[in-house]
Amino acid sequence: MSKLLAIFSREWRSLIVSPVAAVTVAMFLLVSGYLFYTIAIAASVQTRMMLRMQQMMPQLNINNVVLTPALRNLSVILLLIVPILTMRLLSEEKKQKTSELLLTSPVTVTQIVLGKYCAVLALYGVMLGLTLYMPLLLSWFGAISWWPVLSSYLGLFLVGAVFLSVGLLASSLTENQMVAAITSFSLLLVMWLVGWAGAATADSQLGPLLAYLSILQHLNNFLQGLIDTKDIVYLLGLAAIGLFLTHRVLESQRWR
Amino acid sequence: MIEADLLTKRYGSLTAIEQVTFRVEDGEVLAFLGPNGAGKTTTMRILTGSLPATSGRVRVAGYDIDESPLEVKRRIGYLPETLPLYPEMTVTEYLRYVARIKGVSRSGLRQAVGQALERCALGQVRGRLIGNLSRGYRQRVGLAQALIHDPPVLVLDEPTGGLDPKQIIEIRELIKTLAGAHTVILSTHILPEATAICQRVIIIHKGRVVAVDTPERLAAQLRGAEQVKVALRRPTDAVRHALATLPGVLKVTPQETVTAHGEGAAVWLIDCERGQDVREAVASLVVNANGGLVELSAVAMSLEEVFLQLTTDASDRAGAPAPDGHPASSLALPSEPPVEPRSSGAGMTDAGGAA
Repeated sequence: MSKLLAIFSREWRSLIVSPVAAVTVAMFLLVSGYLFYTIAIAASVQTRMMLRMQQMMPQLNINNVVLTPALRNLSVILLLIVPILTMRLLSEEKKQKTSELLLTSPVTVTQIVLGKYCAVLALYGVMLGLTLYMPLLLSWFGAISWWPVLSSYLGLFLVGAVFLSVGLLASSLTENQMVAAITSFSLLLVMWLVGWAGAATADSQLGPLLAYLSILQHLNNFLQGLIDTKDIVYLLGLAAIGLFLTHRVLESQRWR
Repeated sequence: MIEADLLTKRYGSLTAIEQVTFRVEDGEVLAFLGPNGAGKTTTMRILTGSLPATSGRVRVAGYDIDESPLEVKRRIGYLPETLPLYPEMTVTEYLRYVARIKGVSRSGLRQAVGQALERCALGQVRGRLIGNLSRGYRQRVGLAQALIHDPPVLVLDEPTGGLDPKQIIEIRELIKTLAGAHTVILSTHILPEATAICQRVIIIHKGRVVAVDTPERLAAQLRGAEQVKVALRRPTDAVRHALATLPGVLKVTPQETVTAHGEGAAVWLIDCERGQDVREAVASLVVNANGGLVELSAVAMSLEEVFLQLTTDASDRAGAPAPDGHPASSLALPSEPPVEPRSSGAGMTDAGGAA
């Protein structure tokens, strides 16, 4: 445990001092902030128009009109950001030959994988936490309901956990950071697009299966305020598979 | 302490090392010598568990590296060829990190780091980022990293690489103080280093062990012929012919080097039969002939030449460049099996020294 903690804190430190992580987090906040802004403006324009037309609008609420779309956008930005956060985790150790220190130390591969994963997950947690200004800002101007916000953030955290484990796996496969980033981006994109394929083949037997495999589908439940055990199990399972495969890759690389 | 049995490592069709077998006793300092690509680093990586062998076994302190890798790794400090340093960490942070993953207890951390800093003379740079350190300091941080958990076994891949002469001496002294309490395996291409600090030398060539012995005995065993260097202020052909006819002398070769003995002086190399010391006879002959004897010395084969002889095939030895113009390297040595025990002549001590 102490060794896992040592690997975790070293990785954490190296993440927060690295300019790559700082720029990445900054870009994430900038882009998500801009999208939040445009959505909020569009929503307010729309609301005003509806008011002018003197329609009743009991179905309009701030969660549905502003927050849910804004948070759904976060998951798309993650698709682009996560590969950059994870690309150096294992590949850099290999490139700089610091992996030799880890391999000749009395630490297990599990400790290495979990230590690094937890560090990048913690960074992601902080990054996600920084977007909490969105619901806070909205609650300043209107009444928002907090339970869907909580479930959305839980969903985003779990989706991020899956993405990061995929990124870690990609990083274990190569010593080139760019290759790791491109690999994880491609993998994530495929996982993302599986849902579209499901929609396209909805009438066949394969359709529902593909739709079920889509991460977007599971995230939607969380965004609508629905916490379902099967979504949690699905996402945690995917993250665990990513970590397990990373473990296998590292273990097998020793035998080449 | 360390037993390596028939280690073989293949990368696809390339064989890096083949059937390397050796033993290292407790407290011994052993050097791996060999040209680049001989398999020194591969062997060390297998010993430390960073690379598995294709076949063969390694046991460290009774633990098999495949069966209980963590027990072995707990007992080994390893300085790899490429230093495993994180440029974004300070020296102290880095050493604390290494100590923790090596299993140093939380209470012993401060002492372990302090001791490593002191041993490797890193006190001045303890708060600096590793990325900003010079090569020599980085090397010392690498060494400190290997020593930090006070392991019984140290595996050091070129421990003095990138250091200046003063630092090299310091590191050698450090390794000498480690001997006894620690078992040390180091690789080097600096041969005097092996002579200076190691009790035994393993010469590896093309992935095979070609010789295992003490540096002195290796040098002694490999002396195919003896040479005497003589410098005269007033050389004459008569003296040269007289020298050539001395008993035990095979031939006299004038050296074409500019000597430090002034105008007209000459340096001759006298090849003699093995086991014959002709120095006394040469001295009296030259003095009697009023040749102006200014230098007389036995040219012993240094470890460099032993090394060259063992690691160069007879065919390409002729074309091999002589190391720093040392006379004995131009010798055509008999092509005998290199590790045949034979006790002849002195060791390294009188190599090339002026009489």
